Amino acid sequence: MTKEEKYTLAKWAMNHALENGAQQVSVSISNSTGSSVEVREEKIDKLEQAIQSGLSIRLFVDGKYSAHSTSRMKKEDLARFIEEAIDGTRYLSEDPFRTLPEPELYYKGGGKDLGALDANFNNIDPKTKIDLAFAAEQEVLGKDERLISVSSSYYDGLSERVMVTSNGFEGDTANSYFAIRTEVSVKGGDARPEFSWGESAIKFNDLKKDGTGTTALKRAIEKIGAEKIKSGTMPMLVENRVVGRLLGPVLEAINGASIQQKNSFLIDKLNEKVASDKLSITDDPFIVGGRGSRLFDGEGLATKKRSIFDKGVLKTYYIDTYYAKKLETEPTGGSTTNIVFEPGTKDLEGLIASIDKGIFVTGFNGGNCNGSTGDFSYGIDGFLIEKGQVVKPVSEMNITGNMKTLLMNIKELGSDVKTDSSVRTPSILFDAVDFSGS
Amino acid sequence: MKVDRRNFIKTSGMFAAGSMILPPLAQSCQNVQISADVKSYLDHFEVTTEMLQKVIATAMSKGGDYADLFFEHKKFNSLGLQDGKVNSAYSNIDFGVGIRVLNGDQTGFAYSENLALDEMINAAKLAANIANSSASFDAKSFNEKIPANFYKISQKWEDVSVKDKVPFVQKINDKIFALDDKVIKVNAGMRDETSYVLFYNSEGRLTYDYRPMVSFYAVCIMQDGQQIENAYAARSVRRGFEWLSEELVDELANEAVDRTNLLFKAGKPKAGEMPVVLGAGGSGILLHEAIGHTFEADFNRKGTSIFSDKLNKKVAEPFINIIDDGTLPNDRGAINIDDEGNDVQKTYLVKDGMLNSYIHDRISAKHYGVEPTGNGRRESFRHMPLPRMRSTYMENGPHTTEEIFAAVDYGVYVDNFSNGEVKIGAGDFTFFVKSGYIIENGKLTTPIKDINIVGNGPQALADITMAANDYKNDSGTWTCGKDGQSVPVTLGLPTVLVKKMTVGGTNA
Repeated sequence: MTKEEKYTLAKWAMNHALENGAQQVSVSISNSTGSSVEVREEKIDKLEQAIQSGLSIRLFVDGKYSAHSTSRMKKEDLARFIEEAIDGTRYLSEDPFRTLPEPELYYKGGGKDLGALDANFNNIDPKTKIDLAFAAEQEVLGKDERLISVSSSYYDGLSERVMVTSNGFEGDTANSYFAIRTEVSVKGGDARPEFSWGESAIKFNDLKKDGTGTTALKRAIEKIGAEKIKSGTMPMLVENRVVGRLLGPVLEAINGASIQQKNSFLIDKLNEKVASDKLSITDDPFIVGGRGSRLFDGEGLATKKRSIFDKGVLKTYYIDTYYAKKLETEPTGGSTTNIVFEPGTKDLEGLIASIDKGIFVTGFNGGNCNGSTGDFSYGIDGFLIEKGQVVKPVSEMNITGNMKTLLMNIKELGSDVKTDSSVRTPSILFDAVDFSGS
Repeated sequence: MKVDRRNFIKTSGMFAAGSMILPPLAQSCQNVQISADVKSYLDHFEVTTEMLQKVIATAMSKGGDYADLFFEHKKFNSLGLQDGKVNSAYSNIDFGVGIRVLNGDQTGFAYSENLALDEMINAAKLAANIANSSASFDAKSFNEKIPANFYKISQKWEDVSVKDKVPFVQKINDKIFALDDKVIKVNAGMRDETSYVLFYNSEGRLTYDYRPMVSFYAVCIMQDGQQIENAYAARSVRRGFEWLSEELVDELANEAVDRTNLLFKAGKPKAGEMPVVLGAGGSGILLHEAIGHTFEADFNRKGTSIFSDKLNKKVAEPFINIIDDGTLPNDRGAINIDDEGNDVQKTYLVKDGMLNSYIHDRISAKHYGVEPTGNGRRESFRHMPLPRMRSTYMENGPHTTEEIFAAVDYGVYVDNFSNGEVKIGAGDFTFFVKSGYIIENGKLTTPIKDINIVGNGPQALADITMAANDYKNDSGTWTCGKDGQSVPVTLGLPTVLVKKMTVGGTNA
């Protein structure tokens, strides 16, 4: 479907809902295409092609609310689908807080090009893609006698979406990505350590084409012989790649739904100091080429650059239209865009060198965080650091504590900001973390 | 697409999409004998036997040695309650066909959301590219397979109005508020799903399945002074509307309130290695993580699992039998056929302490020269099948729970979990304990909460030194993730003692 065809169908669906009893409607139509190839043993192991489309509709009927989606895009199927959805909505309870956003808060066009799309997406030759996967595999094959298995993948995707609402919003987005990933397993004792390393980019020409195999092999080998060490309280350095997973619950805790539903350890903490002075985070939707960049959010609200933490002080909750009404405040947008950490001055080596005895965490294994209290416990693996040097790999250990304490215990942020993710974070050093081991 | 390589499991705490209109269809011009049942599925998807054969012939046209078509129509509905009212709903319809071509161990895959013949042929051509010769394919005669029926239901979700479901969700809210003054919020909901599946492959096998599923859950949020805690109760089964009852509402409400109350008194154990007693039921998460994923034969075929060279070797005490079973009646993990059209079995993974079988899909079964175990599963027609678990559990052992507790001086007892994860090659697995107790001198003492337990698969399996005779299946909303695909599973366990694992806690 072209963009114009999507707009036409979306408006038809919106009008069909309005004619059949809805007072307010929001409709999105998206389609995406993607391909992936995985190679093993110098052969193609898996070849996949995906072409997808779908319609989502949000209905506000006599003060009641529901949302629906379907992949059956024929008009006669959609008509029945919408009529039945409206009928079902009538049996729900009224919810006075459910409405479309105020029109003055909508994005109204004219924003800058955020560089989210490679205009050449469809011009990349399939053979070029397959050759990239084979080349990544060749970086590993025959390079180490402990190698058990290597598989390399190339994958890409293009998605396009339009959205219209019955109170005047119209907007469209288009995003692309290209990626290469290599997974390596090696033999070391009884264990078969594995490591997966990927590179990705929005535009094909920006994709780093080599190195995934070499890095995955090096890092799998580094894990040979990993074992738990004695339990203890020590500094923890978390690699930039995995900081996002550790701090995910903090972003959950400042979401409007968590606040209003009392499932947050940061209720009533706006403008209070809840983290170390070292922590400053900005939500910046306008970074050209940023993975989370966008001009409007899922409701059509215009995005804004916002301070989230300023020297440890919590500045913003992420609140959509619904929870803003329930909390009697203004909406700020219900989802994150680019989470930009203010970096420190030391690079990763510098941070490692500053640790007398601690653990450098490079991976998490399961675990969870209690959203109401902030109590967390996660499996980890990584490396023991002694006297500023990486000494040996560790695994099969846990960290346990409370997010509120962990935030206060941020000692230093690195300068090694990761930019190929919507969470743009450096490696972070925390003081006094409880590790469980032997 | 393939970014999420994690192997994990988690639990999780909309409107009658109408049934389809089935227009009359062109008669197949072949003289094929098909049953009225198969005919009804062909009609449902508006396809004919002739179309199936044309698409398969295209899929095989580049010289692949096997191809299959997986038609699926899934209708999903959910109702949500927040702040005292059933005030949101969601529904989704997914419809299409996945087309897979195998060439040895190699897989080509594409799908189409449109079942017009030309659209299916286009997808078949893409999948066919995994092979690169030219070949002529002779259509096999239809071999219709009537599937088992492990989930008989009387009231289809498709026929149930939102109006009839709403009162159950409302009642669980009211019941929870009535049970305890500390309750400040309830989140509750119900999800139902109905899938029609039609399967056809290049060997002529033609079969089908009708898959109902329902989940019902409530999250209870309580406040006592400054402290806020929440816990939830949930059930998920392959049953119809007849499953809902006042008794079920009471059971879930009580469970949610009891579990939340326990948390106000709970603390953390000492950090470190200690004996762990796993209570009967949901503790089957140990099996799912410690051995289930690492027994999946795609990993073993590639040599990447820590159990890759352990087939037919002793891996556990001789009284231990571990099963992966797709045949449990009305179980969330049951399937009448797997997603490769294979019959489903009760498969012994560990028999009398020996590693008896891996978990196979078609590719790995062929690689190992064994019959498929009925574990080829996929999230939807948009995904290719992989070896996946169904219901994974351990049979009863020779001990009593009293003997097990008496064997522990200091350790933990755990019986309520939210999620787990495993690293296939290292064998390191974890599971997150929502609540449990410290054991001191054989007695349960202080409650504990929110701790992760980590172990190593082969070691933990070998360290199960006692197993009781109180096996329980857990019918929670377990969902297993692998390669970015989610499938419903269940698990179960009798009370067991694992000699030692590393328990998260404090060092103070």
